[in-house]
Amino acid sequence: MRIARAVSAVLLLVASSLGVSVTWAATSGPPVRIGSTLALTGPLASTGLVHQIVGDIYVEQLNKKNGLLGRPVEWIVKDDQSKPELARTLYEQLITVDKVDLLMGPYATGAILSAMGVAQRYNKVLIHHTFGIPSLAKYDAQFPTWSLGPDPATTFPNTLFDALAAQPKPPKTIAIVTSKFPSVHFMSLGAREVAKKRGLQEVLFLEWEFGNRDFGPIAARLKDANPDLVWVGAIGLEGNQLLDAEKKIDYAPAYHFYMYPAPGPMVQAPEAKNALAATIFEEHPPFINNPGAAEFVQAFHERAAKAGLAYTGVETQAAASYTAWQVLEAAVNATKSLDDKVLAEWLRKNKVDTIQGKLRFDGPSNYGDDLMRVKQVQNGKWVTVWPKEVAAPGAKLMTP
Amino acid sequence: MMQFPSATLIAQSVLSGVFVGSLYGLLGLGLTLSWGILRQINLAYFALTFLAAYLCYQLVTVRGVDPLATLLIIAPGFFAVGVALQWLFARFRVSPFNSLLVTFGLTVIVESAIQAIWTADFRRMESTYGASRLQIGPLYVPAPELITLALSIALSVALYAALRYTDLGKAMRAAAEDGPIASAFGVNRRLIAFALSGACAMLSAVAGVCLALSYTLAPAQIYAWIGVVFAAVMLGGVGRPLGPLLAGIVIGVSEALTMALTAPSWAPLVSFSLLILLLVVRPDKT
Repeated sequence: MRIARAVSAVLLLVASSLGVSVTWAATSGPPVRIGSTLALTGPLASTGLVHQIVGDIYVEQLNKKNGLLGRPVEWIVKDDQSKPELARTLYEQLITVDKVDLLMGPYATGAILSAMGVAQRYNKVLIHHTFGIPSLAKYDAQFPTWSLGPDPATTFPNTLFDALAAQPKPPKTIAIVTSKFPSVHFMSLGAREVAKKRGLQEVLFLEWEFGNRDFGPIAARLKDANPDLVWVGAIGLEGNQLLDAEKKIDYAPAYHFYMYPAPGPMVQAPEAKNALAATIFEEHPPFINNPGAAEFVQAFHERAAKAGLAYTGVETQAAASYTAWQVLEAAVNATKSLDDKVLAEWLRKNKVDTIQGKLRFDGPSNYGDDLMRVKQVQNGKWVTVWPKEVAAPGAKLMTP
Repeated sequence: MMQFPSATLIAQSVLSGVFVGSLYGLLGLGLTLSWGILRQINLAYFALTFLAAYLCYQLVTVRGVDPLATLLIIAPGFFAVGVALQWLFARFRVSPFNSLLVTFGLTVIVESAIQAIWTADFRRMESTYGASRLQIGPLYVPAPELITLALSIALSVALYAALRYTDLGKAMRAAAEDGPIASAFGVNRRLIAFALSGACAMLSAVAGVCLALSYTLAPAQIYAWIGVVFAAVMLGGVGRPLGPLLAGIVIGVSEALTMALTAPSWAPLVSFSLLILLLVVRPDKT
């Protein structure tokens, strides 16, 4: 090991004396320290891991270029154990003990809300990637990169129902079954209102507590109600658990939509055929044509496989995470500053090019446009099917 | 006009409750015996159950072994783990209350080890049993759940019979009732404790395989089962082998009927309401 290090050092010395460029040597000075927490253990850890991989990729890419303001970037990430109350303490620690220059948001609504309070107390900019209830984001220097728009509970259900209304056999009846997990529950209640306004007849409405183990009776009630469309307010594995319970009683819903499913398990489940979900990014044109997207997708595949993830595709979570880093980099580079006030001011006035498209932060709660699309499981893959202008080449919504 | 649920819906929900209840029972079997006879509240059984589930997943996915056949490898290994745990408890004279703390620590260690090996990502075991089911009229009986029910009944009844009718079982009960007197009558308490601890760990292995047959795995889900299984153990009576199964089925069916007839979000209230009711009405029975 010692010999290898010595050989590497000599080679680098020779290379630099010959004028060969060594990319990571372009940065100098003390590192720019960026602090965040992630749910690396606990019930949200499977998704927290995705955000950790993305952060690692981005920081590595940054340091291979010019870092931030010519300085190397150091990412300090702490494990909040999926606990919002712990996230609050750790963000306090990042600011007061670790003395980080910048903050990056944690994973999931609860932890972000905790971090937001701390950021507000210290007037720090908080760019975050997975906040699900925009109306709760009251701090003026928080910037969301999951492009939900300010009122997703109205705008997204309309997008979905538009997609279904355009089909040869649009649904006439709907069952809304939902977890009481706050960010999906709020979307499901919104969908209920929108469905009513659009004349869809509600034949069943059910709520369950997050952590429910037995989906058999819910599946049986769905089979009994037999709606044209099932809206499942599911987060993580809940969608798969319900599908599994439905399969066991030989029931397959006609149209079925899942709010925030675990993307890997769902796309890999045979019973998830034609399942619909929301997305902001999928691995196909036009998303893949956005600047940096193709390189990121390739890097993520490699890293995720190396990290032992069962599903290595890039979709909403990884894309929102990457976008957050893009937004932070854009603001620092444009202002040539690490000053939180300067960064916040710039972000409010400017649009940022990201792999999701152009993001703006000048709407209510600093939200811009609702860029959520509708995707569907087709032949074991997620493909965007609506709106038509962002649909995967040749893809269209498959009907029952 | 109020619409009544169909008979099929109710019957299918009851079946679903029986199946999930039998899993509660299987998960609680080791805990109740260890609590009632060894005087150890061993939370590590939940972690061992998940470890067994992941080992089963690994053997099935990578080696192509039949899920039930994995028990031939996992169960003896877990017996050894159980014996080793008992040696540690005896060596450090761990009291019943401290056993709760120590085994909670062990649970966290096992969870971290699982996450280090299999990551926090979800793991789903595909097996031939997964797609199999019986149809009885309009009702469906999935094979993995049927296997869990059969194993749960068989093990609970076998343990009940063993404790009641065999010399070893009688010795175990005597040791639990009054250790020094049992020793005076020639009962080797140390050996009995090793055997029972090993057997309880083996029960975790069986529960783990059943869990892997029906559920998607993630390390943090270890904790999702603790509350309801504790309720089943206490409702069934600590130290009684048939208790967790019967109480588990009562809880499972009550939860399922709550979900079928009212709002599913009320279901979690059922197990703890039943427990509180029992504590109030018959405090001596827990």
